[in-house]
Amino acid sequence: MNILRFKEKLYKWIFTILAFASLFFLVGIVLVLVKEGLPIFQKVSFFKFIFGRSWYPTYNPAEFGILPLILASTWVTLGAVMVCLPLGVGSALYLNELAGPAQKAVLKPIIELLASIPSVVFGFFGMVVLTPFLQKTFHLPTGLTALNASIILGIMATPTVCSIAEDALNYVPNAFREASFAVGATRWQTLTRVVIPAAGSGISTAIILGMSRAIGETMTVLMVAGGAAVIPHTFLEPVRPMTAAIAAEMGEAPMGGSHYHALFAIALVLFVITFLFNIVAELISRRFRIKLGLSG
Amino acid sequence: MKFAKLIISGALVLGIVLPCYAEKIVVEGSTTVLPIAQKAAEVYMDRNPGDNISVRGGGSGVGIASLLDKNCNIAASSRPIKDTELDKAVTNGVDATANIVAMDGLAVIVNPQNQVSKLSKKQVKDIFMGVISNWSELGGSNEKIVVVSRDTSSGTFEAFLTLVLGGNKTRSDALMQASNQAVATIVSGTPGAIGYVGLGFLSSAVKGIEINGVMPSKDTVVSGKYPVTRPLFMYTDGKPQGLVKGYIDFILSDEGQKLVEEEGFVGLRDKK
Repeated sequence: MNILRFKEKLYKWIFTILAFASLFFLVGIVLVLVKEGLPIFQKVSFFKFIFGRSWYPTYNPAEFGILPLILASTWVTLGAVMVCLPLGVGSALYLNELAGPAQKAVLKPIIELLASIPSVVFGFFGMVVLTPFLQKTFHLPTGLTALNASIILGIMATPTVCSIAEDALNYVPNAFREASFAVGATRWQTLTRVVIPAAGSGISTAIILGMSRAIGETMTVLMVAGGAAVIPHTFLEPVRPMTAAIAAEMGEAPMGGSHYHALFAIALVLFVITFLFNIVAELISRRFRIKLGLSG
Repeated sequence: MKFAKLIISGALVLGIVLPCYAEKIVVEGSTTVLPIAQKAAEVYMDRNPGDNISVRGGGSGVGIASLLDKNCNIAASSRPIKDTELDKAVTNGVDATANIVAMDGLAVIVNPQNQVSKLSKKQVKDIFMGVISNWSELGGSNEKIVVVSRDTSSGTFEAFLTLVLGGNKTRSDALMQASNQAVATIVSGTPGAIGYVGLGFLSSAVKGIEINGVMPSKDTVVSGKYPVTRPLFMYTDGKPQGLVKGYIDFILSDEGQKLVEEEGFVGLRDKK
């Protein structure tokens, strides 16, 4: 009897430790980012780091202004939203409201399959197919632009947006739809005036999580965004998002030097941004569950 | 019985421990030098079973940092060691010693459609700095020049910075790419592009440019005529000894230098 109880306790402890492991990793990562990132601010002021317009980390004297990198990430992410919003939410609406069981059985796995394609393959697609196409269509000197990265990232974020938005639509009680039909509303009216508003915050969550997927994506932007650290004026210019700068430069930056610390500081900025995205998404989705009378 | 067990377990322990005494070295660093290091290690280990050479990439900076922290025995580098790194070497008691294992030429490349086929070093510098920004200024068609460069932290970039740019900044909208291959791919697909790659990356997909009237090739690099060449290094702690010496001597031997050429670099043996 005692052994049984001991076993039970042991298992409980094992699983508690496993559950807390993620927390441990998160804290560890944050500590390393802070420890390795903060020393750069002894060299450059925080203000100059964030708002500086030139990123010349290896020159003498070095310049560590990451505004072009932050703006590049922002542009590319916003561009990605313009692609994944109609694609992701549109397909979620179709799957949930219009598709028959047979269509749904085919479409849903296919959209999920899109999420399992490695990002380097998306990058290749962008380089080989999209780049020459954009270059010819817009008569650009190069097709490696913010637009290119936006389109690819948008496609990559679509499965995330679609599956979360579809969950949100699923949560809308059928009674809402029935009530709407009962007062004589058409299917379109029900969709636009009842279902979408009811699932609105869930859909917003989907978009925000899609954004945090896009802003953190590295391989693709490294391959198709062009990599020029300039402040972008149009979507048709090459840009250098934060993730691409870190990935490309970390390998060769002398360990413990200013450049190395600056790259960690960029990672810290990126982490703060995605962290905020996730908090906002969580807050919105909590409000959404309360609104629908589901347990918060 | 007990005694027998003791002997058996003793033998087992020795069996596990002994191989660790066989020599084992780590080579780490430049992705440019990596193909040479890798190939030479494979052939060397085939000849000398029991010796273990593990080769890692990461970049010149990573390799040298690792050597200074005594985490590797050989740091492969496509650039000479820097003053800041030398200071750290002195602090850590590491006697960083340069061994040149091969030569590499940086070929300036353009798209095959480009009519321009000759540039002076000064013109290349002006293009990369943004002083010249249209091919028509150089006798080509009226097309915007797209400057493609390696990342500012790569050894290849540093060589280009010293040899061609003279320490000046590249134009800020240059496309900074993470590998030689990426530079070659972009140049081959972009009519107005100009970039630079190691000699090993010259192919029919891109067009090498004559610099100061000299075409980049193995011959011109060896003869010293081609103005944009650099040595490739393997840094060691002090004079090479033991397996480190065996390995580096192998790379410097005729056979090793043949491997170097097979990987697209320029061997030292022809240097007269």
